[in-house]
Amino acid sequence: MYSYSDFDEGFVRSRVAQFTQQVERRLDGSLTEDEFRPLRLMNGLYLQLHAYMLRVAIPYGTVSPRQMRQLAYIADTWDKGYGHFTTRQNIQFNWPKLPDVPAILSALADVEMHAIQTSGNCVRNVTADHFAGAAADEIADPRPYAELLRQWSTDHPEFQFLPRKFKIAITGSPNDRAVTKAHDIGLRMVRNAAGEPGFEVMVGGGLGRTPMIGVTVREFLPEADLLPYVEAVLSVYNTLGRRDNKYKARIKITVHETGKEAITEMIEARFAELRPLFGGNDQKLLAEIREAFAPPAFRNAPVDAYDAFYQADPVFRAWADTNLTAHRNAQYAIVTISLKAHGQTPGDASSDQMRLIADLAEKYGHSDLRISHEQNVILPHVHKSDLPTLHAALTQAGLGTANVGLLSDIIACPGMDYCALATARSIPVAQELATHFEALKLEHEIGPLKIKISGCINACGHHHVGHIGILGLDRAGVENYQITLGGDGTEDAVIGEKTGPGFAYTEIVPAIERILRAYLDLRTEPAETFLQAFKRVGMEPFKQALYDSEDAQDAA
Amino acid sequence: MSRRFTPKVVTANRLREGDVVYLTADDQWSAFHHEAELIEDEAHAQMRLLHASAQKLLVVGAYLADAKPGLNGPEPTHFREEFRTRGPSNYNHGKQADLAN
Repeated sequence: MYSYSDFDEGFVRSRVAQFTQQVERRLDGSLTEDEFRPLRLMNGLYLQLHAYMLRVAIPYGTVSPRQMRQLAYIADTWDKGYGHFTTRQNIQFNWPKLPDVPAILSALADVEMHAIQTSGNCVRNVTADHFAGAAADEIADPRPYAELLRQWSTDHPEFQFLPRKFKIAITGSPNDRAVTKAHDIGLRMVRNAAGEPGFEVMVGGGLGRTPMIGVTVREFLPEADLLPYVEAVLSVYNTLGRRDNKYKARIKITVHETGKEAITEMIEARFAELRPLFGGNDQKLLAEIREAFAPPAFRNAPVDAYDAFYQADPVFRAWADTNLTAHRNAQYAIVTISLKAHGQTPGDASSDQMRLIADLAEKYGHSDLRISHEQNVILPHVHKSDLPTLHAALTQAGLGTANVGLLSDIIACPGMDYCALATARSIPVAQELATHFEALKLEHEIGPLKIKISGCINACGHHHVGHIGILGLDRAGVENYQITLGGDGTEDAVIGEKTGPGFAYTEIVPAIERILRAYLDLRTEPAETFLQAFKRVGMEPFKQALYDSEDAQDAA
Repeated sequence: MSRRFTPKVVTANRLREGDVVYLTADDQWSAFHHEAELIEDEAHAQMRLLHASAQKLLVVGAYLADAKPGLNGPEPTHFREEFRTRGPSNYNHGKQADLAN
């Protein structure tokens, strides 16, 4: 993976030094909260419901074992022994104390990490396909481009005061696992007629209160033009984007109000101005970065042990069936470690679990680790012969849950258990859904299903693109949960459709059960997934199941 | 047009620790909601909020939260404020753990 240059190191250290003094000045009263707030947000420090929260960037979801151990150390030393992985491939610490934050940032800098630009109206952490560099369907590893974008966007003088925050996602595969169509800029690698790799550029996607699917402004952008083109998009947005209304400030509104054709023309015109100015330095830098992402030295060894175990051990087989993904090297597999044990908080890992994952990555995973936007941890390169041993070690630590892609593999934002913006809780809803369906033993019968839960309209839990989306709201002082169906976060992205009136906290799990029992009744065969069935039959049968039964009397 | 004033408490987060506190009648910051001063008068509420907001080295983000009288003192009326008296529901962290004794 990429290692900091002297420039990166110097920049991060100087920011730690600056923020250390800013905290001192806040604590001695030289800075007011109004003055301090933007400074702490620039460094990822929020004040939440019960405590401060520090959001640490994990660029494009790639983290080394050494970094993972340091996150564990931070959790033990200055927090409560755990961390929360988020839908933007970041990690959040929920209990830091203000005077300790400079020491935490310094400990992060020791392992080439930081919390810069994890908040504020700037280009945020660039997210990427969590299977990057390993997936069988990949055209090229998107991480060198993501790292190039990170370097370019960090402290970029023109883009530190954008109208609103700006999120970029990139995938090197035609199958989109990075939800690129729901980002301010989505980059999806494709090949042109000549077979050369490039990007489809999508602009103006986003969830939140005005969910929109990004529009394609360029079908094929040669890879060499990536940086000038992205800069052109940002430049046009910086000029046109609305600063008068926070709720209309995202680029999706700019695209909508300007129109696809007009904004495409403006981007292309700006691109024509910018492109000659780059002079090839970005390409030199990209070539250097690319070396840092060279694939590991894959082992060539028999996989008989894996095949034998797969046949013999049903527990291992269940895990292998859900938690493994095809690797481009047939002897290898991509392992998803589920952070969704039934009843646990989605995305949380204890410091012990983090250390174990780091050890296992070194032993069996070529020292490579990823965080997925679905709040799981990935070992992208594991030789199949090591899988039985790996699975045993994971299981001992409570990390062997075989549920990836199933009902209990739920995305949930922190919700009103932590977040100051939340209007309702999301974590306990996720916990209860997982334990309820585990008790019913229905999860495997239901099959592939993505449930995504947000505790407010800002949609950090991606509920709009969940096959089943749940949005927690405050309705007249009571928690109320609105359901959407049919959302999809892949290359066929769709915003889910509202079912109708929401459900009370105690009614939401039974409501989801009614939807899923209706699905089991109406599917043509077990292989027809919930999403396929929904596309075939539409909303009506599910509405009936939700609202026509006696159980639904108190739905309001 | 003006709505009837409902009783309030002044609440904020401590600057250093970030935890939730309530303004008492004798100008202390308490971790307990029931020790807060229950304010029944709008003008007095504004004065108390000003007083709280001026304590820049102690607290952050002071505001007035709805409350009602209870057996041991003021109680929250909204679920958000109830959660703030306790801590998160997924772990025994925050006030529910810190103030258990």
